[in-house]
Amino acid sequence: MKEQLQKDFDNTIKNLTLSQRDIEIKKFYLDNFINKGFPNRKEEDWKFSDLNQIIKKNIGELSFYSDYTSTNKVDTSVFVDGLEHNKIVFINGRIEKIDFDYEKKDQIEIIDQSETINKFNNNSSLSDLNSAFTNKSFKIVVKKGYQLTKPLIIYHTTNSKIWSKNINLRLNFELYENSSLRLIDLFRDTSEKNFLNIFYNFDLKENSILKNYKVDKFENKNIKYSFNNIEQDKNSISETFILSSGSNFCKNEINCNLNGEYSSAFVNGIFSINNNKHHEIRTIVNHLTENTKSYQLIKSVLEDSSRAVYQGKIFVNSQAQKTDGYQLSKAILLNKDSEFNAKPELEIYADDVKCSHGSASGSLNENSIFYLMSRGLNYQQSRELLINGFLLDVVEKITDPEVRNLIKNMIGIKE
Amino acid sequence: MDNRQKEIDNLKDYKYGFTTDIENTRAPKGLNEDVIRFISNIKKEPQWMLDFRLKAFERFKQLKEPDWQKPKYPKIDYQDLYYYSAPKSMKDKPKNLDDLDPKLLETYKKLGIPLQEQKRLNGIAVDAVFDSVSVATTFREELTKQGIIFCPISEAIQNHPELVKKYLGSVIPVTDHFFATLNSAVFTDGSFAYIPEGVRCPMELSTYFRINASNTGQFERTLIVADKGSYVSYLEGCTAPMRDENQLHAANVELVALDDAEIKYSTVQNWYPGDKDGKGGIYNFVTKRGLCKGKNSKISWTQVETGSAITWKYPSCILKGDNSVGEFYSIAITNNHQKADTGTKMIHLGKNTKSKIISKGISAGFSDMTYRGLVDISSKATNSNNYTQCDSLLMGNKCGAHTVPYIKNKNSESNIAHEATTSKISEEQLHYCQQRGLSAEEAVGLIVNGFCKEVLQQLPMEFAVEAQKLVGISLEGSVG
Repeated sequence: MKEQLQKDFDNTIKNLTLSQRDIEIKKFYLDNFINKGFPNRKEEDWKFSDLNQIIKKNIGELSFYSDYTSTNKVDTSVFVDGLEHNKIVFINGRIEKIDFDYEKKDQIEIIDQSETINKFNNNSSLSDLNSAFTNKSFKIVVKKGYQLTKPLIIYHTTNSKIWSKNINLRLNFELYENSSLRLIDLFRDTSEKNFLNIFYNFDLKENSILKNYKVDKFENKNIKYSFNNIEQDKNSISETFILSSGSNFCKNEINCNLNGEYSSAFVNGIFSINNNKHHEIRTIVNHLTENTKSYQLIKSVLEDSSRAVYQGKIFVNSQAQKTDGYQLSKAILLNKDSEFNAKPELEIYADDVKCSHGSASGSLNENSIFYLMSRGLNYQQSRELLINGFLLDVVEKITDPEVRNLIKNMIGIKE
Repeated sequence: MDNRQKEIDNLKDYKYGFTTDIENTRAPKGLNEDVIRFISNIKKEPQWMLDFRLKAFERFKQLKEPDWQKPKYPKIDYQDLYYYSAPKSMKDKPKNLDDLDPKLLETYKKLGIPLQEQKRLNGIAVDAVFDSVSVATTFREELTKQGIIFCPISEAIQNHPELVKKYLGSVIPVTDHFFATLNSAVFTDGSFAYIPEGVRCPMELSTYFRINASNTGQFERTLIVADKGSYVSYLEGCTAPMRDENQLHAANVELVALDDAEIKYSTVQNWYPGDKDGKGGIYNFVTKRGLCKGKNSKISWTQVETGSAITWKYPSCILKGDNSVGEFYSIAITNNHQKADTGTKMIHLGKNTKSKIISKGISAGFSDMTYRGLVDISSKATNSNNYTQCDSLLMGNKCGAHTVPYIKNKNSESNIAHEATTSKISEEQLHYCQQRGLSAEEAVGLIVNGFCKEVLQQLPMEFAVEAQKLVGISLEGSVG
């Protein structure tokens, strides 16, 4: 893999206009990645999902070079109907379109950061890989007091032009005081056997609100890793919702630092997977100061021989008195071959806190099915009703009504 | 009230911190094949036992010391330890208690275990282990009448080789992890108990471990086999003198329960925890594992962990037989600079297996406590159930309490439920108690005892009283 990496790296650099210093930095990250390689099960964070094996098994040899010189045609049919929205369109990893048609132009700033390499608060090998190979990287700034009128949808589209490729994306968001942003990540893939490695960084200033909805709904054979780093100032709120369903393998990591008082973080997620899929959500919420709050709810429905993993951690340092942290994961295993692994972790150094977690996994309640069947539903209907109700609980946690409806329609949950 | 205060004052300092001045026979310092041969030789062991040790040592040389645990400690120099230390008077084993060195008897008397008087009291059968050897076992005749074998493991190797050969290493194989393998290579003594088919052991069996010599590691090995339909309740207590250096204690405990058998294993661990600044104390790195081998068997662990500078152990149950049951009840208290990383493993292999975990952690002062547990339901363990509850109580903001459960469910017809909370003693509760005339410390003691009640109830009566006191003492000075 080393020669391949080196060769692809040289090709990638050729197409970029970088200063000698930046090339050095990129080289440094490349060397880091070459040393560490893809994470494997020996690393605690990857204990339940050995990415190295998964890539070997599903993709085989990866190629790291992508030709970004020619543009791709934007297929407007993938756009969401019935909801006015701003767009960022990625096709095969290349940014094809950024439009904020519904917003005041002077309130949003888009800064091209491709030529500066910003450090990422993460020293995993995937972050090194990302730093070495990202091609274009933008920073999106929402100015003081501005609240976007329409949500922003980021379309992650891939098509059959690429296969066995590694795609690295990076976006930076900064929300100034009293601003707000609703962000939907929508994955649409018609490609196979690619590895997407996505890093987002969010900087939330005082009183700002971020709502991030990640929707991986459509069936595809790709492997995805996504990392969100969220820094929160006083009174800020972050809400993250993850629908983990479509890809062959998908791991979402959320790292949230509650740096300011009265800041709060909400992470809710759904696993709805079948076949041989293997999905994971890993969250780390760091309570670093007084009076912060976090809430996490993860529900899974596992069919066939699918496997879901939830690793959640609440960290409370000794200054963070009056912390309120809560974490709950529930899983329904529908098939004898399905598997659910959880590692809900608490690490607490302050005494005046209220922290708890719960985790339960098991089969669908036969008594409930019997109850419904005795009222005239058939087995299939009863099962669906129970599963829908189980998942609806998480969808209802979405605070934005427009997005909530959109997602409900997508999953096909009726009330 | 005065009496109680006096008692607390007496107990405030580690009361088991004295040393016994007694002449020792030691193995040469260091760890190598010769030392292992020395130990084996002095115990007059048969060849198969020596082979067992050497095989473990071979394996040990390839292993690396694990470092994933939360409490870190300075590197242990395994060549700078004595692996065998025994009172000289034990060279030719005394035939009965009257021949025992009076100094040893006195030591156990000081510890509250009068071996001689116990002959008369109808209480508990005790196997007393002093450094590397078992010094006395009480009540042997009475137990023999029922066919129960209860003796030091070194004697069992001589007298019941067929049993030892069959079961030793069957739960903790020589190829296990670092400390367990070290123990397999150099273990010196410990207790062996065999309960024959259909016998309900008429009294509590008990081992009392005492580390006395300095610079020694204690490596004892306990093996308990409960044959079909039998029942046994086993107690374990431990103390050590106050010393400035850290001492290593790496024991292995193996339990085997055959069809319909039940083993109840209780520990009150009160090794020397080090002084207020965290100097000295025992490193308690113990491997305890129970195998529910037969159908309908049951193993239950109860532990009260108050001592040791570092406690690092996970008493586990392997639920292999169908309908077998595993239970784990634990109270872990850390104060001052103590550290604990403890919990359990419940490995469900058989059908209809059930397990229950109740863990209560209390940390005060500058201490750090971690509950780490594994619940693994394999794909064949249909209709299995697990319930886990772990609660932590924090006193002050210099200490830490952590929960790291690993939950693996591979069977759709099995259920796992896990709950954990972390909190402090609420002001309302304290206020309520103080309003009724209790001092702050008494109030805390009362609330903490209530917090631990679920676990304390599981202990045999004699132990429960001691444990309750211990809980109060361990937290002395942590309020206010």
